[in-house]
Amino acid sequence: MNVKAVRLEIDPSGKESPWWVTLMAVVLAFGLVAVFIAVTGKNPGAVYTKMLGGAFATSFGITETLVKAIPLMLCGLGVSLAYRIQIWNIGAEGQFIAGALAATAVTIYLPGLPGWLTLPVMLVAGMVGGGLWGLFTALPKVFFNVNELIISLMLNYVALLGLDFVVFGPWRDPKGMNFPGTPPFTDAQSLPLFGDTRLHFGLILGLVAVVLAAVFVQRTRWGYELRLIGANPEAARHAGINLKGHILFVMLLSGGLAGLAGMAEVSGVAHKLMYGISPGYGYTAIIVAWIARLNPFGIVASAVLFGGLIVGGYSVQTMGLPSSISSLLQGSVLFFLIAGSILGKVRVRWN
Amino acid sequence: MELIEQLLTAAMAAGTPLLFATLGGILIERSGIIQLGAEGLMLMGAVTAAMTFLATGNFVVTLVLVLVVTGLLGLLHAFLTVTLRANQIVSGLAMTLFGAGLSAWLGKSITGMPLGGAVPKVDLAWLDAAPILGPVLAHLDVFTWCSLALVVLLHLYLNHTSWGLHLRAVGDNPATADVMGIRVQGFRYGCVILGSMLMGLGGANLLMVFSPTWIEGMTAGRGWIAVALVIFARWNPLYALGAAYFFGLLDTLGFRLQLAGSAVPSYFLKMIPYLLTIAVLIFVGWRTKHKLSGSPQALGVPYIREQRF
Repeated sequence: MNVKAVRLEIDPSGKESPWWVTLMAVVLAFGLVAVFIAVTGKNPGAVYTKMLGGAFATSFGITETLVKAIPLMLCGLGVSLAYRIQIWNIGAEGQFIAGALAATAVTIYLPGLPGWLTLPVMLVAGMVGGGLWGLFTALPKVFFNVNELIISLMLNYVALLGLDFVVFGPWRDPKGMNFPGTPPFTDAQSLPLFGDTRLHFGLILGLVAVVLAAVFVQRTRWGYELRLIGANPEAARHAGINLKGHILFVMLLSGGLAGLAGMAEVSGVAHKLMYGISPGYGYTAIIVAWIARLNPFGIVASAVLFGGLIVGGYSVQTMGLPSSISSLLQGSVLFFLIAGSILGKVRVRWN
Repeated sequence: MELIEQLLTAAMAAGTPLLFATLGGILIERSGIIQLGAEGLMLMGAVTAAMTFLATGNFVVTLVLVLVVTGLLGLLHAFLTVTLRANQIVSGLAMTLFGAGLSAWLGKSITGMPLGGAVPKVDLAWLDAAPILGPVLAHLDVFTWCSLALVVLLHLYLNHTSWGLHLRAVGDNPATADVMGIRVQGFRYGCVILGSMLMGLGGANLLMVFSPTWIEGMTAGRGWIAVALVIFARWNPLYALGAAYFFGLLDTLGFRLQLAGSAVPSYFLKMIPYLLTIAVLIFVGWRTKHKLSGSPQALGVPYIREQRF
């Protein structure tokens, strides 16, 4: 048999990789991390059973997983909009914090708002705060062609230091026994909960945002233009699409969604702004968006998966494993995913 | 006079890890590949150095292991981006997340353990007599001298050797380079691996000289700052020296103001390097708006032989 008769070609315009590639990437990532677990002398099977059990087996685990899935969903949706037009926003973490700060500012500086108005004002403040933080990334990109990746990441650090400043400084609860956090929110400043659980109204906000995004991306002229830009920015520009306007608006929206997540976290979960309010939701959201291939409904599924990973990561700490096991898993998933994405582009050609 | 000496010394100490990572970035990007994994590689370099040195106490073994580990990670990036032509940006992000997670995992047991006197110094006492620069240069450690040598070597390599010319061709126009018989993939593999090793050395340097205890996430964005410095330095190793020390100086100044009991809360002083990075990038963007930025022409574009463009 002549080996040269078969040729593997890479077709850059090739179709998306099949769905099982994503599944395989997740499985392979778990396999790789199992090796690390085994090296540290633990039984990977037991660890994964414990992780899955902690995240999905009990009703407490499930609500905790969903609580973690809310910010991942909103931030993931936000960054996915930017990735659609090839704007590499990795600043969801900073935009999340900016939203949390802005929403908390309402409780600090406008305590006298009527009860029914408080939550809507906080919600808008959170979205505007996150949106502006996103816009800070987009403005240099649009006017000076500055790499948005670096800007958005630098702004993460700035937002984090800003958070530390207020919770250790001016906003610290004088009755909080030196705990770095603001005074607890009142009932009027807290999102309603589902029954006796910790699950809050942010879940509805997240799902509404997902449906809206899906409709707008699939069914409107705006969504069509986003897809054109995503396919080929240069061609879209020549076709008369306002590239700069789209970038600015998408980053405003992208940051706004992350800001909404920040608002929901302080108002729905923590009921105050505090040190370390985000355990890296904004970074995990990048993988959430990517593993869902930027599909809004896929983001719901991957947000629940990664929410479960975070909760599971906590539950294996009792076994003497660091919770960084979940970030290790996340990085591995992404590696296998991009390696696998090539499979959709390979063609076998018979000469 | 003494103040200038102190500031220069501190700027070099803070700037050298950045310089290593920036030089690595320049080497990689000159071949046409983007490596955004600098942060993850620096963390892996740092944690490898900490673990090895605590276990063996041997400086050379430590360096070798750092180079091996980060070289393997570089090989992974090269395989994904050069051979599989995967998205370079996502591969770099994955490397940063993976490196952050793995280093936190590995370093859990050695967090906070001090590494005393790990790095050999090069004492040139006779330089002490020279004005200003003399005392600064007389007591540098091995890392700093290595980084200075690398600046010169990389400059000579890129601009005064035929191999360097080939490398620039690969980064600017891989199709033409390929026609000329230059091994595009080979150059890219080599540069990504060597450059990733330099980023790892930057991390090892940060840990062993600048802040000699391992703490999770200790690079605090320095890898990303190095990515920005590559642009600021216009992909030129000589400019990278100035850029890295400039950032080192500002890092130091913030710290000094803090010690001096500045009225500005320390949180804002700590923001300086990040805000400055943004300012520098905007400045570069504004200056090169209608000119060439010095960026390799084929940066970030996978090369596929016989593909029509």
